[in-house]
Amino acid sequence: MSDRLPVRKTYKLYLGGAFPRSESGRTYEVHDAKGHFVANAAWASRKDGRDAVVAARGAFAKWSGATAYNRGQVLYRVAEVMEGRAAQFTEEVAAGEGLSTGRARAAVDAAIDRWVWYAGWTDKLAAVLGSTNPVAGPYFGFSVPEPTGVVAVLAPQRSSLLGLVSVLAPVLAAGNTAVVVSSKERPLPAITLGEVLATSDVPGGVVNLLTGDAAEIGPWLAEHADVDAIDLAGAPAPLAMELERSAAGTVKRVLRAPADEPDWSADPGLSRLRPFLETKSVWHPIGV
Amino acid sequence: MTMFEYAPAPESRSIVDIRPSYGLFVDGEFTDGTGTPLKTVNPATEEVLSEVAVGTDADVDRAVRAARRAFVKTWGPMRPADRGKYLFRIARLLQERAREFAVLETLDNGKPIRESRDVDVPLAAAHFFYHAGWADKLEHAGLGPAPRPLGVAGQVIPWNFPLLMLAWKVAPALATGNTVVLKPAETTPLTALLFAEVCQQADLPPGVVNIVTGAGETGRAVISHPDVDKVAFTGSTEVGRSIARAVAGTEKRLTLELGGKAANIVFDDAPVDQAVEGIVRGIFFNQGHVCCAGSRLLVQESVHDDVVAALQRRIGTLRVGDPMDKNTDLGAINSHAQLERIRELAAYGETEGATCWQPEGDLPDRGFWFKPTVFTDVSPAHRIARDEVFGPVLSVMTFRTPDEAVAKANNTTYGLSAGIWSEKGSRILQVTDQLRAGVVWANTFNEFDPTSPFGGYKQSGYGREGGRQGLAAYLRSDS
Repeated sequence: MSDRLPVRKTYKLYLGGAFPRSESGRTYEVHDAKGHFVANAAWASRKDGRDAVVAARGAFAKWSGATAYNRGQVLYRVAEVMEGRAAQFTEEVAAGEGLSTGRARAAVDAAIDRWVWYAGWTDKLAAVLGSTNPVAGPYFGFSVPEPTGVVAVLAPQRSSLLGLVSVLAPVLAAGNTAVVVSSKERPLPAITLGEVLATSDVPGGVVNLLTGDAAEIGPWLAEHADVDAIDLAGAPAPLAMELERSAAGTVKRVLRAPADEPDWSADPGLSRLRPFLETKSVWHPIGV
Repeated sequence: MTMFEYAPAPESRSIVDIRPSYGLFVDGEFTDGTGTPLKTVNPATEEVLSEVAVGTDADVDRAVRAARRAFVKTWGPMRPADRGKYLFRIARLLQERAREFAVLETLDNGKPIRESRDVDVPLAAAHFFYHAGWADKLEHAGLGPAPRPLGVAGQVIPWNFPLLMLAWKVAPALATGNTVVLKPAETTPLTALLFAEVCQQADLPPGVVNIVTGAGETGRAVISHPDVDKVAFTGSTEVGRSIARAVAGTEKRLTLELGGKAANIVFDDAPVDQAVEGIVRGIFFNQGHVCCAGSRLLVQESVHDDVVAALQRRIGTLRVGDPMDKNTDLGAINSHAQLERIRELAAYGETEGATCWQPEGDLPDRGFWFKPTVFTDVSPAHRIARDEVFGPVLSVMTFRTPDEAVAKANNTTYGLSAGIWSEKGSRILQVTDQLRAGVVWANTFNEFDPTSPFGGYKQSGYGREGGRQGLAAYLRSDS
């Protein structure tokens, strides 16, 4: 078997449940941590970004309207499918991030476990973040958390898989749909994750993964009137400020990035769920 | 239709003692401002009520320093239970002086005394009472075992509910251990300045609450001061955007409560009389100067004519005039500038092809007034169906199916509130679920309570005020 010529993969975008090339026809070279050529990745354009927003908006009603139990099972399914592909992820993470196989495998394991953790949150958010409101009048009042909508995610630049999953999973667990711009230098795990999502009952369009440059696509997403929130995790400081400023034009929710990329293995708590949830308060009269 | 004549029933203004001029409330004392003072007028009479100091950058800096000192030295280190006790004191003082606050609010704002007396002031007191109880229970608020205050909060509030918006801002900020620099609206500063006296009577430590009056420039100074940790703003979406831009790239936390264009949806099975009361309350409460006003009426086609006829009959009985009269339903428009804006948008309604209806009757000669107005034959593309008028102007549209009602209701860049009128519970819950709005009133409208989180979706802003959820805006969470 050793003399068999391997079949290489063409890395494309994951958009609307399909794997298209960039509409721009552009690709860029991806190198491993040692500088060796690994693959040509699709270089997503502004138009790809806008197509992704259309796909994410189209998928929002179904995903946000699914039962929390269903969403939880789908996210758990992502973990199941990833587990079967752990070796492939380990190889990509090790090559891209320059980690030993053992440390890469630990990052992959943590990423899988993170899906499991968020899968368990979907049907608890309403109980933990919602409330019944004892208003001073004859009304039954209650508040429920609801997804914000379409979330643009600029994925972390360094942690190409664990970082990516750490920012994407909470967006989905809360019931949002996502347009993700991957790490620019280390985009391959994102596309492999797309293949996992495509085979895990995540409806097409719920996650759209663009490989390319956050500095190129980010400004269009930050400005886009049909994007409700933006996670700046992978935006360096000057870009982050520019994006936050332009997101103000449509009153987007902005999750700022810490100055340095955090340790993604830490317990995230609710810190990445809250920013992408709205609270709806409902009043209903009591009486005949 | 014969109407009972009402004898005038004016509330006495003798209870308030308006000083000829007011300074800024900084570090527990009234001090002079360095800007050119502004005059605040009674919009019902155009009488100048008082001259109010205007805070400059230097004044704001003084206030922020005082707030920082108080945060570091007194309010921050204080036992949480004691912070709570101060807030309980403030709540009680507001109740004790409720009549005074109500009269002053009506004089400065133009809203009917019935509303300031029965809604604004009691709710403001309730907000302090509610948040007082949180002060020593924050570890139970679901924000981790030891949530910490942010520091100095810079708060800018609007003129439509001057005291109530102050309460919505100040009460949660103080309960969570922050100190405050608050800028009231330029046209309605007086109840905030009376509130400063309440802080003195409560022996609130100096610097915990600072009130810096002024206009837009003063507000800009507050939100852009580098030592402010948290910015909270209620007002127009346009200003909200500029504030979000100004805090971009800083560490400041921001919450925004902005405009709205709420749909009030009436289904064919709704009890018409009850719905009409709710429609009136939804759009004419506070002259329509309400961010969550039900300014778009969506009526199921089959009952459109009945609902509009009943609505016009009811509007014909509304009393527009002297806000100090206890029988008045609609008071004065808060300012000349706002009146111009309402006139401009209403004029668009007519030129774009909608049909305008207003009740008979005269308006007072002096002051700023606009009659309750209903536009029918409105299309979703009309400006009066899209722009926030912030006045007593209702746009009526129709729908055939619940899906169409939801689609039309959500067809707006705003998402603050919505109303549903129907006798069918399952339909109410389904439509509630589909509306992209932060508050949904079923078979009621414009209800508020400190236990009920309030705030918008989409371009109506972010963050919540009230309830356990509202505390998050003023706390650093470990979780």
